[in-house]
Amino acid sequence: MDIIVCLKQVPDTTTVIQIDPSGKEIVRDGITNIVSPYDEYAIEEALNLRDANGDGAVTVLTVGPASAKDALRSGLAMGADSAIHVITDESPLGLDSLATAKLITKALEGKSFDILFMGRQAIDDDAMQMGSLVAELLDIPQITTVIKLEVNGKAVKAHRTIEGGIQVVEAQLPILMTAQKGLNTPRYPSMKGILKAKKKPVEEIQASSMGIDLSPKVIIESMTMPPARPAGRIVGSVDELVKALTEEIKVV
Amino acid sequence: MKILIVAETKESALRKTSFELLSQASELGSSDITALLIGKGVASLAPQLGHYGASQVLVAEHDLLEHYTTEGYTYAVKQAIDSLQPDLVLFAASANGKDLAPRLSARLDAGLVSDALELKHDGSKFVAVRPLFAGKAYANVSIASSPALVSMRPNVVSVKPADASRSAEVSNLDVSGLSADMIRAKVTSVEQSGAGKLDVAEADIVVSGGRGLKGPENFNLIENLAEVLGAATGASRAVVDAGWRPHGEQVGQTGKTVSPTLYVACAISGAMQHMAGMSSSKYIVAINTDAEAPIFKVATYGLVADAFEVLPELTEKLKAAKG
Repeated sequence: MDIIVCLKQVPDTTTVIQIDPSGKEIVRDGITNIVSPYDEYAIEEALNLRDANGDGAVTVLTVGPASAKDALRSGLAMGADSAIHVITDESPLGLDSLATAKLITKALEGKSFDILFMGRQAIDDDAMQMGSLVAELLDIPQITTVIKLEVNGKAVKAHRTIEGGIQVVEAQLPILMTAQKGLNTPRYPSMKGILKAKKKPVEEIQASSMGIDLSPKVIIESMTMPPARPAGRIVGSVDELVKALTEEIKVV
Repeated sequence: MKILIVAETKESALRKTSFELLSQASELGSSDITALLIGKGVASLAPQLGHYGASQVLVAEHDLLEHYTTEGYTYAVKQAIDSLQPDLVLFAASANGKDLAPRLSARLDAGLVSDALELKHDGSKFVAVRPLFAGKAYANVSIASSPALVSMRPNVVSVKPADASRSAEVSNLDVSGLSADMIRAKVTSVEQSGAGKLDVAEADIVVSGGRGLKGPENFNLIENLAEVLGAATGASRAVVDAGWRPHGEQVGQTGKTVSPTLYVACAISGAMQHMAGMSSSKYIVAINTDAEAPIFKVATYGLVADAFEVLPELTEKLKAAKG
């Protein structure tokens, strides 16, 4: 079973976000980057499926600047077999979702896979579009926000999370799926895995050479910090809190 | 300005997000608002969409549209867009809306803004505000395509009151071209966890518990308060990672980002990744023993107290206040 996992390098969740002077990017200096957490669930599931099947390979793919190589190395250290790096000149927020999806689709041309996996969303732009975009561009079915998965031969049965419940979805390979928290517990790379990762092949493709129009259809005009919250106050008792909720803001 | 809104239903009723989208469409100043109603046996819901501001309702009825499927619903929305040629298509940024809207973005080669908090038209193009990094920053974006596609975060648009005197022109959308083989990912069942249980992402009031509650057995304090308030229950990442609460309840950067009218944080200190997910709530109540806890910085009302002591009292007194 051949599986390709798309992953994205993002700032760590503890990062204090500051807007850079251009107003269209965040300050990237000095921040710690990680593989977007939902992508780690996708990598883990792919490795387990490969190993359960006893054949096939897991390839990790990313679209990003030169520094995104570290994210691919993390995937390789977890156990992926090879990597594809679509190298972009744009800042990470400068490419919109649709242009990125076109780059991924183009990079996959001529590559065969049974499953294309990715996290349900990257935790930087939180757009939650990539799975559906790529599935449509490749004309394959999709199951997003997968929390439980069974693959038997060509048959796929997955649980996807919806508000207050789950949908059970069945389909045939090849398919695109996005991983939801709860699908599995991602492994930490072992020291051996980290050493081996350095020798695994990474195919590099320059995004600018792929013949894709990268001009965004969703353009970031400016960025702002969230509006400051109005000052609150400390209440001295439950009675005062009940009064505030029922008489001041009247939400109860 | 011609606007198409994709209505959502649940258990044979329209979801509140459908009315939010209609209110958003009328706030943009449009009088040409079409609501698309997709499903099986849903036509009876059409007049209600008129009461909330739709000038026209397109009904896409088909046996294969009984449950949401990506491909079935993508087909129906594409049919509606082809027949109407709208300037803007609005979706709810719900689980299904987020699955569906990008599929159409790729099919139409049109720009999609997801999870928008605000939407305006500046005279030449649609401009929206959307959160990045779970709300640690906001982006002001414009959409350079027609149609423009936008999914709106639930709960951010206030619903204009219904007017039963308003009626929409109702017609059927031709979806006869839909066949079973076009739906390759088939929904075989839908399981709701707990009858009528509200989801944190769409609830108007959320009551969340954190590690300070010491164990899963103590979340009855959260559930009891939530029940009195008609609220959904939420949880911090620590609590979910410890296995005390289901993943679906997690609020924060690696969980759900919520914007309820009232968010009650109990025994949650306020890690940055949690605060990113809830600080756009209209009002926040924080209950924590540590007066220095970061959660108090965003709280409308803070109560420095032990949740074990004050939650039963708060629950009883709010119950009494509600009558």
